[in-house]
Amino acid sequence: MDNAKKFKVEICLGTTCYVLGAAELAELEEYLPEELADRVDVCGCNCLGLCKNRNFGSAPFVRVDGKEILAKASIDSIIECLKRKLGEVKNDQ
Amino acid sequence: MTNDASRIQRELSVRVIRDFIEGTLEENIDRIPIELRPKGGDFSRCCVYKDRAVLKYRLMAILGFRVEDEADETLRPSDYLKLPRPNHTGPVLSVCPVACERCVKSRYLVTNACRGCFARPCTFVCPRQAITVSEHQSTIDPKKCVDCGKCMQVCPYHAIIRVPIPCEEACPVGAITKAEDGSERIDEEKCISCGKCLKACPFSAVMECSQILDVLQAISSGKRVVAMVAPSIEGQFPGTLEQVAEGLRRSGFSSMMEVALGAELTAQNEALEFVERMEKGEPLMTSSCCPACVEAVKRHVPDLLPRVSSTPSPMRYAAQLAKERDPECVTVFIGPCVAKRKEAQNAPNVDFVMTFEELGAWFAAHEIDLAALEGTPFEREASAHARNFAHGCGVTAAVLDEAGTEGSKIDGKYIDGLTPKTMMLLKMYAKGKLPGNFLEMMACEGGCVGGPCVLAKPSGAAAKLMKK
Repeated sequence: MDNAKKFKVEICLGTTCYVLGAAELAELEEYLPEELADRVDVCGCNCLGLCKNRNFGSAPFVRVDGKEILAKASIDSIIECLKRKLGEVKNDQ
Repeated sequence: MTNDASRIQRELSVRVIRDFIEGTLEENIDRIPIELRPKGGDFSRCCVYKDRAVLKYRLMAILGFRVEDEADETLRPSDYLKLPRPNHTGPVLSVCPVACERCVKSRYLVTNACRGCFARPCTFVCPRQAITVSEHQSTIDPKKCVDCGKCMQVCPYHAIIRVPIPCEEACPVGAITKAEDGSERIDEEKCISCGKCLKACPFSAVMECSQILDVLQAISSGKRVVAMVAPSIEGQFPGTLEQVAEGLRRSGFSSMMEVALGAELTAQNEALEFVERMEKGEPLMTSSCCPACVEAVKRHVPDLLPRVSSTPSPMRYAAQLAKERDPECVTVFIGPCVAKRKEAQNAPNVDFVMTFEELGAWFAAHEIDLAALEGTPFEREASAHARNFAHGCGVTAAVLDEAGTEGSKIDGKYIDGLTPKTMMLLKMYAKGKLPGNFLEMMACEGGCVGGPCVLAKPSGAAAKLMKK
């Protein structure tokens, strides 16, 4: 487990995401359950460009693991996604 | 704090500002409620139609009109756009009767966790014999109950709960109460515009009359509009103050001014005033910068009024500086505060007020990504102690600093947020029954950084993430 890969959670801190809720997602680390606590790397990132084209209603956006995009992200939905990913990793082993 | 209520408010503001910039507001505004709550989609109240009705009133408030002033129900938001602009002299908060849930009168309630136990301490402790047990369950007779809460304290199963009315609970001065139809009304004589009910209502039925449209119109008519940002802006946006200044410039403001520059003058003059008052033998002086506290004293503790400092607030000084530099400019105070809207009505140099939540929507609508901007350096940065006005005890610290050797005479005390309890403290200060000779009064817990219209909690977690 020590060298297990960490999931990267990138919280979009572009203004739209920030205003529509990302400001609070920044506290994600404090809410991570034990099984995830040392498996996740939370960081902020510049605007992912997903709020353009009048799509701002789906903000805030979060990118998990460099690939998966969560729209209207909440602390719960991020944790749920991480748990799913953790499950997938365990099944592969 | 973000929740569905503040989220929808911000989303509506983004849409209104964006459509205004694109020149499509009149054409699109009536569509907004339907686009947000389409047929067959999700709803938060009983159905999409009620949600849409409330959204219409929210738009009315964003356009600056009071919901209570609706005379003609057939008017659509686009019709309000064509009306003359409201003069913003009345109350700044309004309750939307359609959105108000008419919460049941605050009371104690026995839940089904009650086991109908043998000891029945609730029936013994009740001073009015309001509790009876039938079919293994206690019940409270609401006609006899006097809301003392003793039964709740003694129940071994925690089966008795208190159902509050959130807005009434939050109001420090009892200004919001039920009208005959059960919906809430704000008594304008008692209201101090602190905005606590606005944040407390889970149905977001309390709305503030916005001046966003006035600011947008001033900018689009080519006027020079100065953004005066409150010291509490620190930690509100993912970027530096220099980046905020650049964002404001790019979104149409002619310049940004720190209200902390006004706070420097407030601190200097308040220190002088303190020394003067003490030499005259006065027992106490209070701070004057929190408009909700000053209103609370005026309306509810008039005996304390002679003790309130007459030094103008940082906002007034900042606006004065802005108008001295450019008499033609339009000044917009931007802060976390509802009560400043009221204060600005009587401050001739302050033209409009916006909140941090509105500024966030403003940046989002203008597609300004603060973190990606090069900051605009300031002519002169405000001093650290002036910027610290936004935090609880910050005013005292600044006044102490300014008072110099006289500072040792200051015995500072602090009101950390207005509640019914701290209102009692103010009454005791008025009677001279409490120690201290300088009283800093803040209506919001923790100072302005805990204001009702902040974008982010004061923890600054997001700002830290950005630095990573």
